[in-house]
Amino acid sequence: MSASFERGMAAFREVMDSPIASFFSSCVHCGLCAEACLFYTETGDPKYTPIHKLDPLKRVWQQEYTLLGRLGALVGLSKPVTEKELEQWSELVYDSCTLCGRCSMVCPVGNDIAYMVRKMREGMSAAGVAPEGMIGATQRAVTLGSPMGVKLPALQAQIRAQEAETGLSIPMDVQGADYMVLLSSMEVMNFPEYIGALGKIFRQAGVSWTLSSKAFEATNSGIQIGASDIAAELVQRIVDAAEGLGVKTVISPECGHAFTAIRWEGPNLIGRPYRFEVKHILEVLEELRQAGRLRTQGCDERPLTFHDPCQIARRGGVIEQPRNLLKSVASDFREMEEHGAMNWCCGGGGGVSANDRAEELRLVAFKRKKGQVEALGVDTLVTACANCRIILEEGLEHYNMDVEVVGLTELVAEHLIEDDK
Amino acid sequence: MSEPDKSLFDLLAQRGVSRRGFLKFCATTASMLGLPPSMSSAVAEALTQAARRPSVIWLSFQECTGCTESLTRAYSPTIESLIFDAISLDYHHTLQAASGDAAEEARAQAMKANYGSYLLLVDGSIPLGEGGAYSTIAGHTNLSMLKEVAEGAAAVVSIGTCAAFGGLPMANPNPTGAVSVKDIVQDKPVMNVPGCPPIPNVIVGVVAHFLTFGALPELDALGRPKVFYGDTIHDRCYRRPFYDRGLFAKTFDDEGARNGWCLYELGCKGPTTYNACATLKWNGGTSFPIQSGHGCLGCSEPKFWDGGGFYTALSTPIQPVTGAAVTAALAGAAVGAAVAFGNQSTKGKAKAAHTKVTIDDLEKA
Amino acid sequence: MSAMDLLLWSRGPGLAIAVSIFAFGVVLRLFEIYSLGRKADLAKPRVNTKACAGATVWRRMLPDMHILRRSPITYVAGYLFHFGLFVVVFLYAPHIKLIESTLGLSWPALPSALVDLVAVLTLISLVVVLVNRITDPVKRLLSGFEDYLTWAVTLLPVLTGYMAYHHLMFPYQTMLALHILSVELLLVIFPFTKLMHAITLFISRWYNGDIAARKGVQS
Repeated sequence: MSASFERGMAAFREVMDSPIASFFSSCVHCGLCAEACLFYTETGDPKYTPIHKLDPLKRVWQQEYTLLGRLGALVGLSKPVTEKELEQWSELVYDSCTLCGRCSMVCPVGNDIAYMVRKMREGMSAAGVAPEGMIGATQRAVTLGSPMGVKLPALQAQIRAQEAETGLSIPMDVQGADYMVLLSSMEVMNFPEYIGALGKIFRQAGVSWTLSSKAFEATNSGIQIGASDIAAELVQRIVDAAEGLGVKTVISPECGHAFTAIRWEGPNLIGRPYRFEVKHILEVLEELRQAGRLRTQGCDERPLTFHDPCQIARRGGVIEQPRNLLKSVASDFREMEEHGAMNWCCGGGGGVSANDRAEELRLVAFKRKKGQVEALGVDTLVTACANCRIILEEGLEHYNMDVEVVGLTELVAEHLIEDDK
Repeated sequence: MSEPDKSLFDLLAQRGVSRRGFLKFCATTASMLGLPPSMSSAVAEALTQAARRPSVIWLSFQECTGCTESLTRAYSPTIESLIFDAISLDYHHTLQAASGDAAEEARAQAMKANYGSYLLLVDGSIPLGEGGAYSTIAGHTNLSMLKEVAEGAAAVVSIGTCAAFGGLPMANPNPTGAVSVKDIVQDKPVMNVPGCPPIPNVIVGVVAHFLTFGALPELDALGRPKVFYGDTIHDRCYRRPFYDRGLFAKTFDDEGARNGWCLYELGCKGPTTYNACATLKWNGGTSFPIQSGHGCLGCSEPKFWDGGGFYTALSTPIQPVTGAAVTAALAGAAVGAAVAFGNQSTKGKAKAAHTKVTIDDLEKA
Repeated sequence: MSAMDLLLWSRGPGLAIAVSIFAFGVVLRLFEIYSLGRKADLAKPRVNTKACAGATVWRRMLPDMHILRRSPITYVAGYLFHFGLFVVVFLYAPHIKLIESTLGLSWPALPSALVDLVAVLTLISLVVVLVNRITDPVKRLLSGFEDYLTWAVTLLPVLTGYMAYHHLMFPYQTMLALHILSVELLLVIFPFTKLMHAITLFISRWYNGDIAARKGVQS
């Protein structure tokens, strides 16, 4: 038994709480969660049944936290969890779960399975069985400040390019600004136009905002790999920067899990409430639109649909805002059959996109999204998460589909009424 | 008692029963016993030869004489009682004229004369407590008398629930240590004719069967003749349709009671009671308890006196469970608190052992 | 031991023992669950979660239509046997009488012929559920001894009740005793198996609804 394994088992014991105990007590093994999971529906392999992914955690609970389980373990009726099992479960817990939480929505007895997978990852990562790709991303996030290794100079270069393109200046480290904007490295590297779009929108709306040179990265590999200590460190950087600048609101970027990290997990990770608010960019844009500060003209006439990023919609509560925004700038918005809180994941969330060994499985799982898009006959897919965007683009390309993926903020920015001030 | 020099038919005629009436009785008895009509003549023949039949000895132990009353004190003199008058009932405390040593002498004589072939009828249970001192006859304990008489009997019939299952004397706390006939007599065929009392037709019917065929009728697992104890009161009850429709009397004087609805909720034990009351009825087919508005007590079943209150529904617990449940819940809370303490200590230890996870810890060590 | 002895035992000491183990177990299990505690959530919730969590407790009685389409047998047979158990347990006159005698609550019963029909449907759906559990790869993977045990222990009371009502196999007293004993077996294993979901699902649905509602989602 390795020291890592001991540490992992201790983490399992540590994360166990009343919700988990009630969830495991309630499970009747009906298997309906499988039908909600794209890794099962697209492969038909029963091992991807969500609740099955938690089997080692369930056994630790049974053997350590129930009287009958303890007695059973004493007389050798149950077999203890082994290191080898955790290694086997690594694929199930990391590769085949995006923490999308769809299973949590359909479980008849109300088990929040995604909540448990998140907790289980604490033990898995401590036991050293997390996938190499995610370990690497986490190490880069801590040492370099970004899982993709994007450092400040790279951001500055992108900012300069955007400033040149838009003719605006992008504020950096402005003390006392209302809003502090966070970015994800994927946006910085792959979709820098998001920065320009924000600049245009905020200028029209007259918003005082800033970026922080100390903390611009919103993504948090710590919560994906399931290492709260590391996640807390990453959140702390943002909190320090935001409270240092004295901003009123921190804006989470078009990135799903970043929102979960900073909005929902953050205060719990650092152990105190923030002295600022956290909003998702879509929430901010919709507020501005409703206040009449975001005015657009013209409509995109292409048939398009919206892909809800799981962490923003189902696990984040931002569901109506993107629809209102889209309807204001698109005339042929078509809704996927299952959308909003019941959307299907792109297959790359929860750290799967950083996990190289999961790529093949992820592309199989993408068939679910492919089917949804094909059913609508749209040629444009709008979303609000840079990670979803990359995964969607890769999937569409893999399946030779001619569909363009667009960020919602950029789409809104394209339709801004210009020079009306 | 019997008059060996006269035939049964003569006796009946003497008491105003016509040959036609007797044959009708025989046909009824045959059909009651589930025999084909052609067998009624066999029954008649067997009965008319009563005078030459083996004798019958009736022993009464811890009983109330209700069984004898049932047989003899019907609302009018019945053929049943006459039959008993007619057969060679050689010993019966209550009915025989002889007493004291003469009575015991008659028993000894009958046993001697018919050893191995007489029929033994018993009512009442047998006390075993205090060496059997609770009930003795002519200085003999019931136990010793039963053993002695049973030894020479061809078969034994336990008349009434006390003899068949111990009945009231055996009811909790059973102060006399009462047992049933079957508990004592194990090497002879024993038939149980339970009931408190049994239906008189049934007593006669089974005796008639023995006399006709020289053997006991087919018995169920409790030693009762299936022909009379094959169905429950509930299954044959004329109020059954109300049960099936969910119409129940809730009190003895409510609308439901007046409408003749099912008495299940008032404690009727019809569903668990095997007897012929609902079909043969009592007092010459006049009525039976349920028909007169009272639930069945289940008197022909073992332990009917201990089976919960007569007025509590069959599906209810026969002892209160709330107290035990509350105690158990408290015990659950106590053990639960201990487990909770253990859980918190397990979790606490895990928490205490937690050292900050760094990026180096992610790789397996 | 005669059938009557068995019946009296099942209606007396047997029931008291079973109910005691049930009460002991349920309380113990609730202590086990709640003793693990739950950290207060420091993130500012979008809404007051109580109403949403309560709504989740009820909403999960209804299926998600897409999942229903994907797994109709699970839902249809599952609903049928749960509904059937409800009718058979709570709307059959003798059972109501039992509840009245212990809890003092009473309500009108259904005609026994109707309850009889529902019992048959319940038995059929339970068989379907079992066949589905054995043949469906997902359910087979998830299933262990406990799943088959709880299935059998759920089936037995319905089966023995049906058999007692129709006087099948054994005399009524024996069958009634077996029926009551089978219910007592159910009570005994209830707290220590997944049967406990009948109680804990209210807790887990509440937590689920609470977690989602904090984020502004009605789950």
